[in-house]
Amino acid sequence: MSSASNETARRVAMLRDMARIRAFEREAVAAMRSGEAPGVVHPSIGQEGVAVGVCANLRRADRITSTHRGHGHAIAKGADARAMMLELHGRAGGSCGGKGGSMHIADFAVGMLGANGVVGAGIPIACGAAQAIRLTKEDAIVACFFGDGAVNRGPFLEGMNWAALYRLPVLFVCEDNGFAAFTRNSAVTAGGGPAVRAEACGVPAAAVDGEDVLAVDAVAAELVARIRGGGGPQFLHAKCYRWEGHTGTDAAAYRPAEEAAAARDRDCIRRLAALLDPDEVAAIEAEAAAEMAGHRAAAMAAPWPDAGAAFTDVQDAGAPA
Amino acid sequence: MTRMTFAEAARRALAEEMRRDPLVWALGEDLVQGGIFGQYKGLSEEFGTDRIVSTPISESTIMGAGLGAALCGTRPVVEMRIADFTLCAMDELVSQIAKVRYMFGGQGRAALVVRMPQGMWRNSAAQHSQCLEAWLTHIPGLVVAAPGTPADAAGLLKAAVRSDDPVVLMEPKNLWTAEGEVPAEIAPIPFGVARQAAQGDALTVVTWSAMVPVVEQAARESGVACDVFDLRSLWPWDEAAVIASAQRTARLLVVHEAVTVSGFGAEVVARVVEALGPGGLKAVERLGAPRAPIPFSPPLEDSIRLSPTRVAAAIRRVAG
Ligand SMILES: Cc1ncc(C[n+]2csc(CCOP(=O)(O)OP(=O)(O)O)c2C)c(N)n1
Repeated sequence: MSSASNETARRVAMLRDMARIRAFEREAVAAMRSGEAPGVVHPSIGQEGVAVGVCANLRRADRITSTHRGHGHAIAKGADARAMMLELHGRAGGSCGGKGGSMHIADFAVGMLGANGVVGAGIPIACGAAQAIRLTKEDAIVACFFGDGAVNRGPFLEGMNWAALYRLPVLFVCEDNGFAAFTRNSAVTAGGGPAVRAEACGVPAAAVDGEDVLAVDAVAAELVARIRGGGGPQFLHAKCYRWEGHTGTDAAAYRPAEEAAAARDRDCIRRLAALLDPDEVAAIEAEAAAEMAGHRAAAMAAPWPDAGAAFTDVQDAGAPA
Repeated sequence: MTRMTFAEAARRALAEEMRRDPLVWALGEDLVQGGIFGQYKGLSEEFGTDRIVSTPISESTIMGAGLGAALCGTRPVVEMRIADFTLCAMDELVSQIAKVRYMFGGQGRAALVVRMPQGMWRNSAAQHSQCLEAWLTHIPGLVVAAPGTPADAAGLLKAAVRSDDPVVLMEPKNLWTAEGEVPAEIAPIPFGVARQAAQGDALTVVTWSAMVPVVEQAARESGVACDVFDLRSLWPWDEAAVIASAQRTARLLVVHEAVTVSGFGAEVVARVVEALGPGGLKAVERLGAPRAPIPFSPPLEDSIRLSPTRVAAAIRRVAG
């Protein structure tokens, strides 16, 4: 293949991943609203370019840690979307057998070490994963996703210092969608922002337009290459916008409608699609929609977990009687 | 058998585990310097600073990194310095480490050890003296062990390192320098098996951790023939041995250094009563600390510390 067709293939693959994430989350939000999926989902619609642009530079052996808003990271890392949809519905056959739900999806087979219901909690875990990788001389790196809200938690500071101190192979990805739940993060954050904080601890930082997947891909490629080359941790500050509310049922009344509308005009999917063959794009989007609708139907048809599953995988010694 | 201190026994056990398994490593503050009680002394020289890692004062990340490292196939020994500092890493221990295997449907395991020396020691006052074992026995997913002798410190540490469960090892700060006989070949001690330290029909005495030598001395001095159980691990704990003994003696005393209110002694008594029925015991008592912080001044601290004299008096009371 020529390098031009390589480039096109990469773009098509990224478009497919973004379309699959969006279709997955559209179904997930609908299922949450209808009550078919119990509990809460946090959609990342509008932010797909960050997950996809970063994960396009990762290998299967690489690990990621994720957040409460983690469907995109999981799918971009290659997690099984059908199992994820079953998990959201609390069904047997879900990624975690129905015991985790949206906020605890993990797929260890592809290095997805888990979403997390605690803001910032993935940062120390990513540091330790990288330390283990170093100790076992594995050829792999860790990408650690977190939101802009996480930079106000202590583990963020600890983790930046720690990763820099031990020169760990970690790519920190701050998905700055501007909000921490219902609060504009700038209203509760002093100082120069996430990148400045990372650099203060000795982690070099780069900024990128997270709504431009090609830009994310290009910067991530550079940072990942540095990390693989032994350059130590790197920080990527990706600006983006959360189209939906904090959860699938939050109307986001705390922000002007025009702001969200403007973000929709910057759609990472449409921006990439504009560079590709429209027929191919339409086919990819239709395929993604059909795939995820199929997964949702499969989830509704799937059995509930065995009642006994509530008591398995607690612990070996002293397990529930 | 060799006579050695608690710290030396624990040090040997970890060194042997690290020789046996290259995936075992330790992280915590001041470990390269031997740890604050000397329990890591010489280990960085033998195993290098990639496996004996001195960390920043970053308890959340010490704990959380231990988890990440366990999920990537290594077996970390996480050192909290003292149990009180675990409070800076509670999310990582309680909501991450204890939960991952379950939440992820068995995909990953937090096969790691968290060491947290606890209890009163050298007038350390309110923030450096707490006994928090009951907090952690309450958390599904955790194994909790609390050795009271050098031999058990070594054997339980080996079991903890080899366990696929996350194991909290609460070593009594006051006993690091205490001496005892340790087998030449240290074998892992299974969790949930108590050590019976004395035998007698007058009553059943249950204890663990720093109270073990205190209770043993008290039992000798009391002149009362009692069954004394050192539980060694608190979750799982040896319910069968304690219940069988209490059924025979019908008298139960539980002694622990922690605050009595909501202490693990409440669980021991409740289980025995559930097993024997409400009329199954003629006498029962919990002996622990009053619900007050630990004071600094030596005479004040002594007023809270359980002495062999006070325990012996309780033994006589419960024996009737
Ligand atoms: C430690 C902690 N505090 C509070 C919460 C509740 N909470 C869940 S998501 C969220 C906002 C997080 O904002 P950010 O990190 O920017 O991620 P985003 O939701 O924007 O993706 C909050 C406050 C939590 N899950 N964990």
